[in-house]
Amino acid sequence: MATQTASRAGAGHYLAAIERAQRDRAHEPAWLRDVRRRAADAFGRMGIPTTRDEEWRVTNVAPMADTPFVAAPLATVSSEEVARFLVPGLAGPLLVFIDGRYAARLSAPGVLAAGLTIITIGDAIERAPASLEPWLARHSDSAVHPFAALNTALFEDGALVVVADNTVADLPVQLVFLSTVTPSPAISAPRVLVVLGCDSQARLVETFGSLGPARGFTNAVTEIVAGDGSVLEHCRIQRESESAFHIGHTAIHLGRSSRSSSHAFAFGGRIARHDAVAVLGDEGADCTLNGVYLAGGNQLIDNHTDIDHARPHGSSHELYKGILGGRARGVFNGRIRVRPDAQKTDAKQTNKALLLSAEAQVNTKPQLEIFANDVRCTHGATVGQLSQDALFYLRTRGIGLDDARSLLVRAFAADVTDRIPLEPVRAELERLLASRLPFLLGEEVPR
Amino acid sequence: MNGANHTMLEIKNLRARVGGKDILKGIDLAVGTGEVHAVMGPNGSGKSTLAGVLAGRSEYEVTAGSVTYNGRDLLGLDPEARAREGLFLAFQYPVEIPGVNNAYFLKAALNAVRKHRGDPEIDAMGFMALIRDKMALLDMDQALMSRPVNDGFSGGEKKRNEIFQMAVLEPKLAILDETDSGLDIDALKIVANGVNALRSPNRSAIVVTHYQRLLDYIVPDFVHVLSDGRIVRSGGKDLALELEARGYGWLEAEAQPA
Repeated sequence: MATQTASRAGAGHYLAAIERAQRDRAHEPAWLRDVRRRAADAFGRMGIPTTRDEEWRVTNVAPMADTPFVAAPLATVSSEEVARFLVPGLAGPLLVFIDGRYAARLSAPGVLAAGLTIITIGDAIERAPASLEPWLARHSDSAVHPFAALNTALFEDGALVVVADNTVADLPVQLVFLSTVTPSPAISAPRVLVVLGCDSQARLVETFGSLGPARGFTNAVTEIVAGDGSVLEHCRIQRESESAFHIGHTAIHLGRSSRSSSHAFAFGGRIARHDAVAVLGDEGADCTLNGVYLAGGNQLIDNHTDIDHARPHGSSHELYKGILGGRARGVFNGRIRVRPDAQKTDAKQTNKALLLSAEAQVNTKPQLEIFANDVRCTHGATVGQLSQDALFYLRTRGIGLDDARSLLVRAFAADVTDRIPLEPVRAELERLLASRLPFLLGEEVPR
Repeated sequence: MNGANHTMLEIKNLRARVGGKDILKGIDLAVGTGEVHAVMGPNGSGKSTLAGVLAGRSEYEVTAGSVTYNGRDLLGLDPEARAREGLFLAFQYPVEIPGVNNAYFLKAALNAVRKHRGDPEIDAMGFMALIRDKMALLDMDQALMSRPVNDGFSGGEKKRNEIFQMAVLEPKLAILDETDSGLDIDALKIVANGVNALRSPNRSAIVVTHYQRLLDYIVPDFVHVLSDGRIVRSGGKDLALELEARGYGWLEAEAQPA
């Protein structure tokens, strides 16, 4: 049994895991070991958050503090098992990770276009650490995000995507992270770093899934650095098992006149949390953070967004839709900061939730911190139920109750799904959404 | 009565309440196959409640009576089962459904009805051909099909969309709930034309209206006057003209218990 050496309770297992991992880090460059050590210290100080922490007030992660997650043993996975997690019809480089480790046999990086580099983080550390140093852990703030700090201390593998200046990488890069069912609950800490050069363009699709009823913990961090004038389309699909724990952190740093559009979909997890943190670090940046979260049964799905308008003439657009059934709970917290220097900021945030059962709940909180005077910031939140009038109307045309409800729920999410530029991704998300609805709409909540 | 004119719908002593208030206080009405019945009456007489009860609106609580539709207990059926059995309600206030594409919705409805009848699902090509014809009949703008159901439609467009849906679904019993309200004369003629195109010896209709005007274009076989939840007078199409000339007051006065 691990002893609790941290100043905060609940971090003991993790600190022991960090300790073990450090033994294998002799080959890492000094700067990286330093980054990891500082992250480990920060995590040690913060520990696993409790509901006394404002950022985790309604998201109780106590079960994660109590579970001694282990490293997953090496698993053999077939490409057939992986296939159902791939977006059908999506051409482009594919990297597959099993329990946080790169699976070359299941991946298909293909022949990369000129100016596009994709290597695993493991390879990058070994062969080209200099390509990581300017960026890695620079934009995911380990000082305030305990799980991001934990990832920085623990990560073994993941992907580094570098798009050179003036390069248009048209084909989307698909990264798939799958957890297997392990004898004891396992932890994985995949790390992704995407660096877009000036005036470059790239598309990224990340999928997190479980091969069976995995009970493990995926603690993922993706850092995106969008250079001046660059354009990014990003889609994150979290479809882990209903018994899994998932904490994701996406940190986006936007350069001058860059544009980033990120869509986050959350379907899985017993407890799932995603923090999307964007910094508009230079003038004229444009940031979109959209999302859809679906929860049923006893799931808890939390989305925190944090948009920091640091410089003038930036715009941000946020649209989140939550669909909750059973005894599920949803959390949305949308923070928008406008710094004194960030005049002419235009920020819009909308969060809507649909409750499909009497026992489903949502906690929604806009958090606007505006320190500039010439800005436009709007936010709106609604919580509602399916329209009985619309249901009746559809039924009077012969559409059965279940189909009518499904149609209306999908229409509710369509505001977000319709905005996904990549057609195959949009189609896959619509399919995933429809396939989850019977679970959400189930009349009986399992005891 | 056993005749060629089989009874499609038989309403007996139907009583219903909404929010604890009695609205229908014993309706008796029989609609034969192939017949068009007009139900008229002043505001608040229960016309829309009757239409809603027949379509299965759950806010309306049936407290007594029975409704038999083609030999089946209509009140025991869900709204979708009634629709699949050929009953259609054209709404007085068609519902806007943002996010649901009009064409997608109508194809789903048509296929639900077809599946129930044991017909194969209609494919995209067949569906497009079908709706093109029906849209021409209702003089509808094709662009409406790619918009969300009734969302942002004008009042007239919504009413036309109702009759268009009816033309596509080809019900056995159509119930038109004040389809004429809010229509100008040109739109009224188009809507009436759509309804008349569907008239046949094996279809029936109940046309609920406040005004006689619609009945110039959809000529009923029978006219019933509803007042305070009861049918107080039934007659032929001339009754509508009499109501137009004399108003409802004299009937309401006659209906008062002495």
